[in-house]
Amino acid sequence: MKAGIVVFPGTNRERDMALALARVTGRRPDMLWHRDADLPPGLDLVVLAGGFSYGDYLRCGAMAARSPIMRAVRTHAARGGHVLGVCNGFQILCEAGMLPGALLRNASLRFLSMDCHMRVERADTPFTHRFQRGAVFRATMAHGDGNYFADAATLDRLEGEGLVALRYTTPDGQATEAANRNGAARGIAGILSPSLRVLGLMPHPENQVDPEIDGTDGLPLFESLAGSFAAAA
Amino acid sequence: MTADAPIPLDADRATQLAAEFGLKPEEYDRVLGILGRVPSLTELGLFSVMWSEHCSYKSSRVWLRELPTRAPWVIQGPGENAGVIDIGEGLAAVFKMESHNHPSFIEPYQGAATGVGGILRDVFTMGARPIANLNALRFGDPAVPRMQRIIDGVVRGIGGYGNCVGVPTVGGEVNFHPAFDGNPLVNAMTVGIARSDRIFTAAATGTGNPVVYVGSKTGRDGIHGATMASAEFSADSEEKRPTVQIGDPFAEKLLIEACLELMATDAIVAIQDMGAAGLTSSSVEMAGKGGMGIDLVLDAVPQRETGMTAYEMMLSESQERMLMILKPGREAAAEAIFTKWELDFAVIGRLTDTGRIVIRHRGAVEADIPLAPLESEAPLYRRPTAETPKQPVIDAAAVPDPLGITAALERLVACPDLCSRRWIWDQYDSMVGGQTARRPGAADAAVVRIEDHRRALAMTTDCTPRYCQADPEEGGRQAVAEAWRNLTAVGARPLAITDNMNFGNPEKPEIMGQFAAAVRGMASACLALDFPVVSGNVSLYNETEGRAILPTPAIGGVGVLEDVVQAVGLALPAGCDLVLVGETHGWLGQSLWLREVAGREEGAPPPVDLAAERRNGDFVRTRILAGEVRACHDCADGGLLVTVAEMAMAGGIGATLAAPPPGIPPHAWWFGEDQSRYVLALPDAAPLLAAARAAGVPALRLGRSGGGALVLPPGESISVGALSAAHEATLPALMMGD
Amino acid sequence: MKVRVTVMPKAGVLDPQGKAIGQALGSLGFAGVGEVRAGKVIELELAETDPASAQAAAEEMARRLLANTVIESFRVEVLAP
Repeated sequence: MKAGIVVFPGTNRERDMALALARVTGRRPDMLWHRDADLPPGLDLVVLAGGFSYGDYLRCGAMAARSPIMRAVRTHAARGGHVLGVCNGFQILCEAGMLPGALLRNASLRFLSMDCHMRVERADTPFTHRFQRGAVFRATMAHGDGNYFADAATLDRLEGEGLVALRYTTPDGQATEAANRNGAARGIAGILSPSLRVLGLMPHPENQVDPEIDGTDGLPLFESLAGSFAAAA
Repeated sequence: MTADAPIPLDADRATQLAAEFGLKPEEYDRVLGILGRVPSLTELGLFSVMWSEHCSYKSSRVWLRELPTRAPWVIQGPGENAGVIDIGEGLAAVFKMESHNHPSFIEPYQGAATGVGGILRDVFTMGARPIANLNALRFGDPAVPRMQRIIDGVVRGIGGYGNCVGVPTVGGEVNFHPAFDGNPLVNAMTVGIARSDRIFTAAATGTGNPVVYVGSKTGRDGIHGATMASAEFSADSEEKRPTVQIGDPFAEKLLIEACLELMATDAIVAIQDMGAAGLTSSSVEMAGKGGMGIDLVLDAVPQRETGMTAYEMMLSESQERMLMILKPGREAAAEAIFTKWELDFAVIGRLTDTGRIVIRHRGAVEADIPLAPLESEAPLYRRPTAETPKQPVIDAAAVPDPLGITAALERLVACPDLCSRRWIWDQYDSMVGGQTARRPGAADAAVVRIEDHRRALAMTTDCTPRYCQADPEEGGRQAVAEAWRNLTAVGARPLAITDNMNFGNPEKPEIMGQFAAAVRGMASACLALDFPVVSGNVSLYNETEGRAILPTPAIGGVGVLEDVVQAVGLALPAGCDLVLVGETHGWLGQSLWLREVAGREEGAPPPVDLAAERRNGDFVRTRILAGEVRACHDCADGGLLVTVAEMAMAGGIGATLAAPPPGIPPHAWWFGEDQSRYVLALPDAAPLLAAARAAGVPALRLGRSGGGALVLPPGESISVGALSAAHEATLPALMMGD
Repeated sequence: MKVRVTVMPKAGVLDPQGKAIGQALGSLGFAGVGEVRAGKVIELELAETDPASAQAAAEEMARRLLANTVIESFRVEVLAP
């Protein structure tokens, strides 16, 4: 799998993401600069990593979504390329219109840095096929604006088309209000594009890939990706 | 309009302004002697900030010299932007702690945020990538709404800045006491990693080399309020100038990346951040340390506001700015890097061989001062000291137990000084970077692995202000010993400390006496534990209406683990023997039990026997590194039973404990705060007890883990769930609506 | 020419900030405060001299960047030049 991580001014989890990708592919991904108009040839996966692009000063992800490289990322997705947006990356994908909805401030109005648990709602996608459907895994969340919002019709469509990838739950898989710390609509933690090739999620599975640091709960997501491209190649 | 020499102020006006700027009459006389004339406004500004307590350490320097600062692993001791130690494999740890107390009281969010920003710059200035932030916070009574707003703002500010720059906030400490009602303390610490042969310092060299300004633009932020009252300083009298600095963590993140990118080349001769007193202290210190002169042309300074004067630019404390000396001809390559990161870059002057700082603006010379006397003739005071009277040792047998053991435990784990800090650390990103192996609450010290290496740093901040108040020397000794102990408890080899000395008004002999005694205590512990001071910061005048804070020499300790997998946490596993290492006499003086349960804040604090400290700690570390120990926690605030309870709550596992030995009242056994002790959990105590006997280390089997409750003889018990509920409820309840 | 763009959360979009302000006002004893909505105001200095063109330019800016029309509505006012 050939992967590239976009670095916007203010991106700050690109190193974490690089470690996670390197762990499953054996090589460091390319770092892509936000002002570049083109992606390097032959990329399988573009990752929009976490952070505070442009300080998140207007709205989270708003300015990054309009940077030159995002045109190339959109084209990449339109040609069937894969895109993973985590945290700020998810916000950017929504601001860029590549995924529906928006991320509002957490219901508590506080930055939330803690573990959360997510239930895998679809295990037949390039991002999740190494999980069992209904599996629950733990990940770090660290965001001030992770409260997923979309109008009711959009939410119904997402649910109906099976595009809700991940939902906040208790460790034993119950989608309770208490488990949904940021107040996201219908407890949505991550959603897919209709092509199933674009995934946006708020938590950081890239922080759970190393047994020496904080366990490997997030590793299957990256193994899924690596497996998708190994199979294709 | 133009002048080739500074225009002196009117003599009477200058005398009056000197006093307003905080210069004492004898200090101002010295200014007149150095210049041989009355200073210009800008010159007076330079002298007043360079000779301020903050920049000159004029009250504290004679005492700080007593602190040990050397060890074979120390690369850079105090005097630079941060301390540097060798941690092996060609790597260096760069770290420092710094206070932002007063700004955090005025505007808690921005005060705390800019405190974090400032200390980050001190560290990456030296060429290090910051890998961890910690903090040491002291607040007043948390039940008071005004204090709750300060706590809320400080926590949001620390999180807001650290989360955005992407440096994990991995540890810290918080105390509450009414003595901090008018003067909360916000001490921020940053730890960074550099190659040990690639450390950057501030000493400028090379006549003709360009002086380069990078980062954010300069505005009128933070210029001393007193000077603003005087309308004649600004022809255009606008709305009242801001004296609160505003932090821009986004700009800081770009500055980190740009500086580190430039540092990977060989373009930089010297670099320093513009912290307190901004352009003044950075230019004076860089040229002064290198024995050079410096010419600045302020017209070239990137400015955010129009019509700024030389005085305003030299004193501005706008954030996220750095000053560098480049090698000749490297300007274009350096500028390209800063332009790429969308930061300002400007050549604002040259180094000279005159030994003077000359400042030009709009064609006129605004200041022309010899640097050596500005630095070397700075006032230095050996202020009178008065010893803190010794307090009586409290006889535990004479203190009745009004509550019983488990009820006291439940009260203690819920009291503000011992309750869970989860409400705070849940607002700090502790995981960014992907290397945090022990996060807040998981161990006695935070553990962060170094990228692409097996080794890891352990980090902690510690101080017990109530001990320091009762006996500043014991308190200073205890603060250093506890930092050493916390690093040891995760298995790390403690290497060095940074100190943040927070005290009241040094012009009062009793306060200066606290300072001197605390330094004496710290120095004794640093020596005995091979734990030198490599950087530090002093914050004095923490007083409101004549009431001083508790003396708080906050210690930031750093240690190393050769392999991250060696680290142990404090969470109690099931099926383990619990072993207490260290001696217990039942010392109740200044204990939290005495304060929270008996309602008495008194007595001599527990003494630290440094020989026992070293022996016990070295023993514990050896056992941890041998892989025998499953969990370890030092005994600190609250004593032995609180230590066991904290382990139980972290692991969600109970324990059955043995009866106290005869001769010690149970409440003194369980809640006394005797020092130099650890509780270890391991499958079988016997081999460890034998090894302890052989090493002459006091150790005893305390009990065994398992079940869901703490069970104490003769049959008292309390569920771990109930303890956790009480422990977790306090801060959210105080902080309203959470 | 100075233009003011007011960006507000759309009706029906959860506004936790507005809700918190409303609660705080209530706890300070201000009675009779109904729904509170919190948005933002962005002031722009434009080279444009024709008010209609300035209005049009600012609306385009709001649509493309200043507001996220999934969750926000905006209003443009041309202020005195």
